[in-house]
Amino acid sequence: MTTTPQAARRASPRTRRSATPTAPDPAAGLLPQSEPVRLLNPDGTLLPARADYPEPPVEALREMYRRMVVGRRFDTQATALTKQGRLAVYPSSRGQEACQVGGVLALRDDDWVFPTYRESMALTARGIDPVEVLTLLRGDWHCGYDPAQRRTAPQCTPLATQCVHAAGLAYGESYQGRDTVAMVYIGDGATSEGDFHEGVNFAAVFKAPVVYFVQNNRYAISVPLSRQTAAPSLAHKGVGYGIPSEQVDGNDPMAVLAVLTRAVTHARAGKGPFLVEAHTYRMEPHTNADDASRYRDADEVEAWRDRDPLARLETYLRGRDVLDDTVVAEIAEQAETYAAQLRDRMNTQPTVDPLSLFDHVYAEPTAQLVEQREQVRAELAAAAEEDA
Amino acid sequence: MATMTMAKALNAALADAMLDDERVLVFGEDVGQLGGVFRITDGLQARFGDKRCFDTPLAEAGIVGFAVGLAMSGLRPVVEMQFDAFAYPAFEQIASHVAKLRNRTRGALSVPMVIRVPYAGGIGGVEHHCDSSEAYYAHTPGLKVVTPATVDDAYSLLREAIDDPDPVVFMEPKKLYFAGAETALPTRTEPFGRAVVRRAGRDATLVAYGPAVPVALEAAEAAREEGWDLEVVDVRTIVPFDDATIAASVRRTGRCVVVQEAQGFAGVGAEIAARVQERCFHALHAPVLRVSGLDIPYPAPMLEHTHLPSVDRVLDAVARLQWDDQPDRRWLTESGVA
Repeated sequence: MTTTPQAARRASPRTRRSATPTAPDPAAGLLPQSEPVRLLNPDGTLLPARADYPEPPVEALREMYRRMVVGRRFDTQATALTKQGRLAVYPSSRGQEACQVGGVLALRDDDWVFPTYRESMALTARGIDPVEVLTLLRGDWHCGYDPAQRRTAPQCTPLATQCVHAAGLAYGESYQGRDTVAMVYIGDGATSEGDFHEGVNFAAVFKAPVVYFVQNNRYAISVPLSRQTAAPSLAHKGVGYGIPSEQVDGNDPMAVLAVLTRAVTHARAGKGPFLVEAHTYRMEPHTNADDASRYRDADEVEAWRDRDPLARLETYLRGRDVLDDTVVAEIAEQAETYAAQLRDRMNTQPTVDPLSLFDHVYAEPTAQLVEQREQVRAELAAAAEEDA
Repeated sequence: MATMTMAKALNAALADAMLDDERVLVFGEDVGQLGGVFRITDGLQARFGDKRCFDTPLAEAGIVGFAVGLAMSGLRPVVEMQFDAFAYPAFEQIASHVAKLRNRTRGALSVPMVIRVPYAGGIGGVEHHCDSSEAYYAHTPGLKVVTPATVDDAYSLLREAIDDPDPVVFMEPKKLYFAGAETALPTRTEPFGRAVVRRAGRDATLVAYGPAVPVALEAAEAAREEGWDLEVVDVRTIVPFDDATIAASVRRTGRCVVVQEAQGFAGVGAEIAARVQERCFHALHAPVLRVSGLDIPYPAPMLEHTHLPSVDRVLDAVARLQWDDQPDRRWLTESGVA
């Protein structure tokens, strides 16, 4: 009797089991859970406690709520400022408050944030002056705050390019003996860019303490997630780089804070980068200049209103007796004051100095720039004389 | 004094910079144990350890972007792009971040770094290994772009590039890597922003940089037989550019030919020719001419000699500089005006 291929196949499972009875799957610890981590139901009720993601302290959650309320009011005010012509454009992050604020709360002040243009709310939640945050979008300069002092890179418009900067910065910090963590905020669309791949890969190879935080809000302007990837989830990309990853319900503030806290702890402990995908939704168009009705149904948007992260956290905190009508009203008033002050400050025309165009091209201007500066100065002087 | 190649001088510059400043990190593809495909980083890993000189994943945008982050953390990265054309994946990082971070942040952030680019041809390289890519960088405000043509300059300009507060694209002419010259290192030559007269002459000025400098010098020697005494100016630092030295030379000689290896259209030579005529119009006895590579993709090795600016092409251009002191009126005749 000869051994048929079928017989060999039948025999092989037994052979494999006996040959490697305890060989661990090298990818086992890296894959995200098959369902996004969720600690609060959409109605704000608590799910059963879990060992992998303990509930964050309730004080932290109350502070998260406060910053989310102020953040949403800021966001509304910024959109209003575009209608008054005070901002050239504004990309809203309404609906993503849990992610915007959660990332910031998971970090220390001396950690670094690498944001995109949609992170205005995160930056204000970090304590950066909102007028400085909006400088880019008002148009008086490209970056209004001091990135070195605020440990926050300029808001990045070339997509995913900051993924590599964060890897370099985090590696450089650890190389110099500092335990700084860098957090990269990016969107679902940007995960298709080469620099996302190169950034995560560099961070993984050099074990740089970076948290890559993908806010999957379902759309890259108009293009849905299905056109970005065929992966089971964006978090599943982590295993390809040999790094752990997790997916989380991005509209569950408690889960977002818990998962990001674990990711930051992992990075700070010297274990290398961590990838987090938050499933969320951009409630507003891409920017005030976009018409979202051309690519998504109102029904879809409505369905996400039921998963509002603010209402969810408020319900939970009220149930825990750390929030009542008085505190809610106080926080709402803080938010109103914040927005009113922003409106007033943005209602003045900023002064811009054409001669400052030459100040920071190089540490010292070249001879050619000195010449051009002189030419502009003469033009300005002539124009001033004409006006006089 | 001893004879040394440009490759060895560059290697010495890196080693001396690493010795003087522990913030200097050297990295890229194959720069570690192998010492680089041209051996420019030879021995650095053995001497300074694999934290100071190391290989990276094979990804040029990643290498340059990683350097941006390292520079933000206070370190001094020196990265190698293995070949000119292989630096193109890094172009977005270079143009959008390396060049602009200082400006975008009003000086709050700066990213001093050196991006070393072995460039240009004449070495029989197959495609994508011989591009002259300097114009892309020179056209990008915020970058400094320098290219040595001598062994002493290779050492000195690289040391200065590493110390510079701004990002520097350091273009190394591959065909000059293994040319030797007498030198005593460490040496310091003229600083950034200064062109240098390599050969004094009275009749015409040849302006050249990088791999075109030896061609210009050879042409100037050959021109003696024709009775021309040619001056040769080595640009050295394309950005910052030295208008003064070049204009002074052309005002003395009254004639100018710009020689570059890169394709000519919209190139650095075009910029130089324009700047010279803007500054020297009344001193010129003839239009400023250019000798450059042809406006073609860099050719296959067996055809590159047709593409590269040769001594003969330089001499032909010099011959067209209206030596009879009469303007060339052919165009008038052709258009029916004369």
